[in-house]
Amino acid sequence: MRRAVLIAIPYVWLLALFLVPFFIVLKISLSDTALAIPPYTPTLDLSAGWAGIKDFFSQLDLENYVWLTEDDLYWKAYLSSVKIALISTFFTLLVGYPIAYGMARAPQEWRPTLMMLVILPFWTSFLIRVYAWMGILSNEGYLNQILLWTGIISTPLTILNTSTAVYIGIVYTYLPFMILPIYSALERMDGSLIEAAEDLGCSRLQAFWLVTIPLSKPGIIAGCFLVMIPVIGEFVIPSLLGGSGTLMIGKVLWEEFFSNRDWPVASAVAIVLLLILVIPIVLFQRNQQKQAEAEG
Amino acid sequence: MNTDVFTPWDDPQAKPLIQFQNVTKRFGEFTAIDNLSLGIFEREFFALLGPSGCGKTTMMRMLAGFETPTEGHILLGGQDIDPIPPNKRAVNMMFQSYALFPHLSVWENIAFGLRRDNIPKHDLEDRVEEMLRLTRLEQFARRKPHQISGGQRQRVALARSLAKAPKLLLLDEPLGALDKKLRQDTQFELMDIQEKTGTTFVIVTHDQEEAMTVASRVAVMDQGQLMQVATPDRIYENPASIYVADFIGDVNIIEGRATSSGEDAYQVDWAEGQAPLTASSSTGFANGQSCHLAIRPEKVTISAERPADAVNVVQGKVHDIAYLGNLSTYHVELANGTIIKAQTANTRRISRRSFTWEDSVWLSWTATAAVLLAN
Repeated sequence: MRRAVLIAIPYVWLLALFLVPFFIVLKISLSDTALAIPPYTPTLDLSAGWAGIKDFFSQLDLENYVWLTEDDLYWKAYLSSVKIALISTFFTLLVGYPIAYGMARAPQEWRPTLMMLVILPFWTSFLIRVYAWMGILSNEGYLNQILLWTGIISTPLTILNTSTAVYIGIVYTYLPFMILPIYSALERMDGSLIEAAEDLGCSRLQAFWLVTIPLSKPGIIAGCFLVMIPVIGEFVIPSLLGGSGTLMIGKVLWEEFFSNRDWPVASAVAIVLLLILVIPIVLFQRNQQKQAEAEG
Repeated sequence: MNTDVFTPWDDPQAKPLIQFQNVTKRFGEFTAIDNLSLGIFEREFFALLGPSGCGKTTMMRMLAGFETPTEGHILLGGQDIDPIPPNKRAVNMMFQSYALFPHLSVWENIAFGLRRDNIPKHDLEDRVEEMLRLTRLEQFARRKPHQISGGQRQRVALARSLAKAPKLLLLDEPLGALDKKLRQDTQFELMDIQEKTGTTFVIVTHDQEEAMTVASRVAVMDQGQLMQVATPDRIYENPASIYVADFIGDVNIIEGRATSSGEDAYQVDWAEGQAPLTASSSTGFANGQSCHLAIRPEKVTISAERPADAVNVVQGKVHDIAYLGNLSTYHVELANGTIIKAQTANTRRISRRSFTWEDSVWLSWTATAAVLLAN
């Protein structure tokens, strides 16, 4: 009995907070827009009994999904999101790996402090941190002021409202998600493995390439997925730092909901986004499972 | 047969493969190795023995190239190896943790060092197969390190470090992670492999039994210095100091004053009202010089009656009996409170044991049984 209750708790949680909202969104995506509250039809009218339910289901159709394929805005936005996610994941890895490596190689007593420094930005509002980047990257921002002052450039660089700013924002925001799994993989690594590699004839670089990188691979994969999956649907960073030229599906979704008030199309966009994300999530799970097996 | 006994250290013409020349190693304030000189010969199985923190691991890491001497030089085959990085030395090491690469199979682990040498694929495969045969790992070649037992992992580590046919193989507590039974079997296997390959082995261990079993010579270390370097039997029978006598095996130490009583013979006065003990020693002692008698328990005979013709006899009471199955060690308390241990083989069943607690017994030993030590 107690076992059943214990198992039931996460399932109820999952049902209430994931499956129910998912089916509501799925239902809206199959509806039509309407000038009403809520702004779509049909709505389920249980007072009409069985006929009402039948009538309700007969009005659902896939025309919003068809619409997504007809207007090239949507698939371009999806594609662009995936592209931005891939590129920014790559840069996050490029920045995050050396940081994680440095942390794992730091003296034992420094590590908690370094870990703290990585996590610390999370204690401030995400929105404020993104706004802060606007202050840094704008034409009159700190970055341009410093560059002008040191004489490296003579005219201010335009960074804000370009995709560069979006990449900077994403790399900055998601860096901890990359650092932490890589750090935990590197920290567990036995230092004598590197010595053994050197003893067997590897140079430092070869030892890094043949031993350190393969052994941190699970961490790299986990970090990449943890960054890429949320970045595909990212909305705040492109809308605040990116200009009108930055096309991301999260922004399109927001505009459909709030500017167009076209809930059914927005819901369809969300459902397709979810389907796209299922692929990397499944791959991620498989990676985690494989890692657990290798350790077990 | 006696002519081919392997004793290059007694041959003044023989040139050691490894020479430590006045090597000192400091870590900040701490001196790990203190002005140490040592020669290790080719094909030797050399053991560095000592308690943890005595500097034996530092010696090994200097040979591997992970540490460099603060002062002095280490020569390998006459060449100063201090500036050579670990990956360029003809020295391989078997790590205490084995340090097997977890992402590679047994086969790939063994091939790892060979691949760095860019040798032809065919030769590489032959060499790996040879190593697998040598360590009897043929059927585990495709497994990953976490899929095999501790003893097999130990053999993989050995095969991997031997694959490149190093001039010198370093073994850092190679059997530390194995249980006692497996350790004993593996000791003989190690000796076999050392003989077959003809490689010079240097083993670091804190286990004196292990050092005695496998090594051709043993260096007993303490606080960064060599206390004694000799063959196992000499270390055991002729320890140079109380430290060595005490570190290797069990020993009774009796303090006293020496008086010469003929050539190489001394009388040792050790307690009021007791007859002096007789011991022979080739090192000279001045009359009245304080000295220590070191006697191995198995060289002490225990008997119920006073033995008629014994040179050294003391009387005491059985204080404690340590029963080890094949042996029993009797802790005999003398009149002045000194405890002397005497060991006998249990040739009869325990119920027919001759002595029990509180029995009055006589202990005796010959003049040559004890070693006379100055310090």
